[in-house]
Amino acid sequence: MKSNNKLKRYASVFLASSLVVGALAGCGSKDNSSSGSSGSDSKEIKVGLNLELSGAVASYGSGISKGAKLAINEINKAGGIDGKKIVPVEIDNKSDAAEATSAAIKLATQEKVVAQIGSATSGDTVAAVQIANQKKMPIIGPSATSETVTVNEKGQLNDYAFRTCFIDPFQGQIAANFALNNLKAKNVAIFADSASDYAKGLAKSFKKTIEENGGKVVAEESYVAKDTDFKSTLTRLKSKKPDFIYIPGYYEEVGLIIKQARAAGIDVPLMGGDGWDSPKMVELAGKEALNNTYFTNHYSAEDPDEKIQKFVKAFKEANGGQAPDAFNALGYDTVYWLKDAIERAGSTDGEKIKDALASTKDLSLVTGKFSVDDKHNPVKTATVLEFKDGKQVFNSKVNP
Amino acid sequence: MEWLQQLVNGISLGSIYALIALGYTMVYGIIKLINFAHGDVFMIGAFIGFFAISRWGFGFFPALFLAMVVCAIIGVFIERIAYKRLRNATRIAALITAIGVSLLIEYTTIFFRGAQPEAYPDVISNKSFHFLGAQISMQSIMILSVSIALMIILQFVVHKTKIGKAMRAVSYDVEAARLMGINVDNTISVTFAIGSALAGAAGVIFGVYYTKIDPLMGIIPGVKAFVAAVLGGIGIIPGAMAGGMVLGVVETVVSALGFSLWRDAAAFVILILILIFRPSGIFGKNTREKV
Repeated sequence: MKSNNKLKRYASVFLASSLVVGALAGCGSKDNSSSGSSGSDSKEIKVGLNLELSGAVASYGSGISKGAKLAINEINKAGGIDGKKIVPVEIDNKSDAAEATSAAIKLATQEKVVAQIGSATSGDTVAAVQIANQKKMPIIGPSATSETVTVNEKGQLNDYAFRTCFIDPFQGQIAANFALNNLKAKNVAIFADSASDYAKGLAKSFKKTIEENGGKVVAEESYVAKDTDFKSTLTRLKSKKPDFIYIPGYYEEVGLIIKQARAAGIDVPLMGGDGWDSPKMVELAGKEALNNTYFTNHYSAEDPDEKIQKFVKAFKEANGGQAPDAFNALGYDTVYWLKDAIERAGSTDGEKIKDALASTKDLSLVTGKFSVDDKHNPVKTATVLEFKDGKQVFNSKVNP
Repeated sequence: MEWLQQLVNGISLGSIYALIALGYTMVYGIIKLINFAHGDVFMIGAFIGFFAISRWGFGFFPALFLAMVVCAIIGVFIERIAYKRLRNATRIAALITAIGVSLLIEYTTIFFRGAQPEAYPDVISNKSFHFLGAQISMQSIMILSVSIALMIILQFVVHKTKIGKAMRAVSYDVEAARLMGINVDNTISVTFAIGSALAGAAGVIFGVYYTKIDPLMGIIPGVKAFVAAVLGGIGIIPGAMAGGMVLGVVETVVSALGFSLWRDAAAFVILILILIFRPSGIFGKNTREKV
């Protein structure tokens, strides 16, 4: 009997406590659901920004962040999307793929954003794509140029992944067309960074396009990032007498290559991709050496196009006179693209937004007129810039 | 004359390796320590030269001199703080400390100014003249002549002055030198000062010639200079000079043959071969260990 009593007492305590816990849990879940629904059907549209705000590539992430926030402010001032304000939810992924994944999970499950913008680099974006596919959250990488962002290794489409920038090989194609048609080059040489997939991708598509269009590649040389002495290879290149040299790579090495090439007496046009875009480039190569060099980029702040000038002015006002670079422009465009898609979808449902993003056609943005192909890559005009006395000058727009 | 041009390229690169290798070899010769922080003193020299030229308006030679003086002080400082108390410790302890000092210098620099590269201003005209079809720039000539001048001064100091005599004595036998009344600590400090000054000079020359400097720039030239020192016979001053030149020319030839991706590998293949077949180096004599 005694033990029975004891049991009863335990049981009642257990029951009471479980009731209390249950009630608390009930409250919690109610709270959760109310905050969750505020994201989807109240007066707000939550958009996630999963960006590199610190770490190795912090300058890319914060550049995108500035551009995106400018666009969000503009849209909110003009009345938002169908009367709803856009609320950015920004998470710093510390330039780390694992952090980018957990940020994406947080954005999809806790914050319940309608879409994610970011990350800046391909690696960090790819890390979040799987989550996006599972949670049906569209993800747009503003500057993720690797092919594997929208397509997995087997060549299957990642349904929810998009990008605002063009893919790496695209720039090689543009450069080849520019060399053949605008500069009338015939015997070209390639000097590529063999330690970077970016440079290898550009070089490969450049070579392919040149050879398909009647040009000839007379020399192919490579270097490795962090090299400082290129004189011997340049001497070798010079002896092959090319009339154009394509140098895909990043400004740290390319700046030195250009300086050393000019010193070695190579005076033919040199060209590269958006990895050349840095103020350091002019310091490293020197103003004089940079004359007669070109590079493809996402946009030029000096493009006389009215839309671009309006953006440049707004950005300067918001950022103390600083001129916007390509990352700022891509961040800005990504928000406008998403806005356009949400409006066309007429809903903040992930699947509908995804379909609207995929069917974008001839949308006019700062970084070019914009359509999306069947691999979720934008087809758009590229800008060719030329260095003149150390200044980036708008040269021309080249169509793919 | 592509090959003559390549030879000029190789000698210019080699003179920088040689300048760094001189400091390596001296320190090793005296206290048998492979000073891995040497490449980072080279980096500091490059940055001091950079600030002197671009911020304080110095010319090339004043900047070179300032970098040498500051690096000499830093070299002595490093020796007094990190290596002196390990004088009687095992060789491996000193070696590991050297690696630690190296990392400390690198990341302290990054802490204060970030890891982004800096571009050297043009202080020497980049004009070049033609010689038998090869282009030789003023900078290459400057590098070569500064390297050779510094090496001659160094040879003079080591062989003709009192402190040089003390250095040779300490390298021969520390204990006996001490018994003869030589101040061993001061001699070692002077060695570090001279070696570090040479590394600082190499840093400024490197910056002027190759334009780009960054806080981690000392690692690869430091290791290459070590290879050069071993190649010439570690502890031997003309050996370091010759080793540096040979290494520079070999790397250039490897690139010139179209194997530019193998140039770093070539340096280490040389290191491995020399350690297998002639560990005492080109200029070294096979002396038997005293037992």
